[in-house]
Amino acid sequence: MKRILIPLWGDDIAPRFDTAQEVLIAVAEDDGRISDKRVVILPEASAEGLCNLILHERVDEVICCGIEDEYYQYLAWKKVQVIDSVGGPASVALERSAAGSLKSEEILVARGRE
Amino acid sequence: MPAYETAHVKGLSKLPIALLNLMDEIPIGIVVLDTQRRVVMLNRALQALTGFVPQEAYLVPCWYVLRSSLCLRSCPISMVSKHSEPVCVEANIVNRARERVPVRVTAAPLLDLKGNLVGYIESIEDLRALADHSEETAQPSPLDSIIGRSLEIQRVLQVIPAIAQTDSSVLITGETGTGKDFVAEAIHQASSRARGPFVKINCGALPETLLESELFGHQKGAFTGAVENKPGRFRLAHNGTLYLTEIGDLPLNLQVKLLSFLDDHVLYPLGSTKGFHVDVRLIAATHRDLEQMVHEGRFREDLLFRLNVVRLHLPPLSKRGEDVRLLLDHFLRNLSARFKKRALQFDAQALGTLLSYPYPGNVRELRNIVEYAVNVCEGNEIRAEHLPAYVLEYKRQNGPRVPPPIDEPLQRFPAAAPALLWWEDTEKRLIAEAIMKARGRKSAAAQILGWGRSTLWRKMKRYGMR
Repeated sequence: MKRILIPLWGDDIAPRFDTAQEVLIAVAEDDGRISDKRVVILPEASAEGLCNLILHERVDEVICCGIEDEYYQYLAWKKVQVIDSVGGPASVALERSAAGSLKSEEILVARGRE
Repeated sequence: MPAYETAHVKGLSKLPIALLNLMDEIPIGIVVLDTQRRVVMLNRALQALTGFVPQEAYLVPCWYVLRSSLCLRSCPISMVSKHSEPVCVEANIVNRARERVPVRVTAAPLLDLKGNLVGYIESIEDLRALADHSEETAQPSPLDSIIGRSLEIQRVLQVIPAIAQTDSSVLITGETGTGKDFVAEAIHQASSRARGPFVKINCGALPETLLESELFGHQKGAFTGAVENKPGRFRLAHNGTLYLTEIGDLPLNLQVKLLSFLDDHVLYPLGSTKGFHVDVRLIAATHRDLEQMVHEGRFREDLLFRLNVVRLHLPPLSKRGEDVRLLLDHFLRNLSARFKKRALQFDAQALGTLLSYPYPGNVRELRNIVEYAVNVCEGNEIRAEHLPAYVLEYKRQNGPRVPPPIDEPLQRFPAAAPALLWWEDTEKRLIAEAIMKARGRKSAAAQILGWGRSTLWRKMKRYGMR
């Protein structure tokens, strides 16, 4: 089981860790099933506040797009795995993470011409 | 094949020019977006800035490539329409290397030949160099950084502008840590030489042979290892001010050479027969008693007369009365902000201890004590236990304190490590020792130091200790 947090922008992953105003917190079971999922609205966009929330919620993995090295290193030091530079719908990222196939720098959007 | 590879500009030359080649030569980051704000093309400068190459960014929404602070709130593209003028805003981006980069973003519409909106073009200008420059220029003048309301320091502050207007040599005296360097720089900044260089050299920091070459320069081949001509600090300070700190430590033979220079302002580099005329103003400083040194034959009397044209004595902190409180508050405010601590204040006991301490190391020691307390304090209030042990020890003994001799400042510190006067060095050493004791386990090291793991992590990061 792992607890996953994704900074949100609507239904998508927020482009920046420090400017996200809501987050998705989910629990992924070992079999890849998502057993719990909730959206938390933050009182203000703040990287420090988000780091505190991550530690308070005992999150194991953060999926985000742009994150400053200071916060990345801090979370890594706190033994929180950070999969960064990921873009696209949060639900797709969550499924891929639960299945253990999500990697950093994956942009999960369709890139075809109309 | 992606569109950016086949896009050409026609009509400028006989044959079409590849658009990407053209854009790559522009030193500002440029990105072309389609109407859905997906990246169609980005030039080399933007690749360097963001870390994305065109293949990776192609048809990716721009907010996942630029990651600007404006993306969620006030995207400049949303302010652009086909009839609007370009929109220019300042923001910051977080690139793939996880760096936050200040930028200026200019967004404009892209129209086809019939005037239809077909996309957007954004130029992203890296403002890092500019930000560094503005930080440098935004620094307050050294005169502003001399804090004090006491009569003694006010007397000094009042004469500095007048001294600055003359071009005479200045001798600044005062105990260690009283701010001689600040005053020297303030005089330079307030003088007509402010646009020229301010060159500082510590006469006590270099061995005699090196000091001569450092001050006066040398000619190629003057001695073994002199493979190039060296101009020397006097020539580097041409049209500016040369600040000789610890002038009392200047060896006697160099005192003669300095005297000779002060006579005619002509400089003879080591090994050269050709003299150079140099226009510098000399400011010298020392914590030693030069008259006593003259009496003992360790300093030339004629040089003292030359330097002593304008003399400025900086009072020790023990004679500045009310300034101690003022400086405590000033450093507490500044250091709290610097270390990103909450608004701290002293409790009555800590304040009483600090006000009764004699500060033999003067303002520098006061600043270091406050820095220690700010670092150690985890709450909102600095209490007595947050002060260095020697300050508390002084209070406990409550006896008259014998100030250490000026030549041997702060003997309570190990004599072999004068640099430890700075708290950063002490703290780094403490961290290293704790980590060694804990055999590399950071949580155990944090426990030894009495800090939380986060505090240890933050401090190690600040000192670059990995």
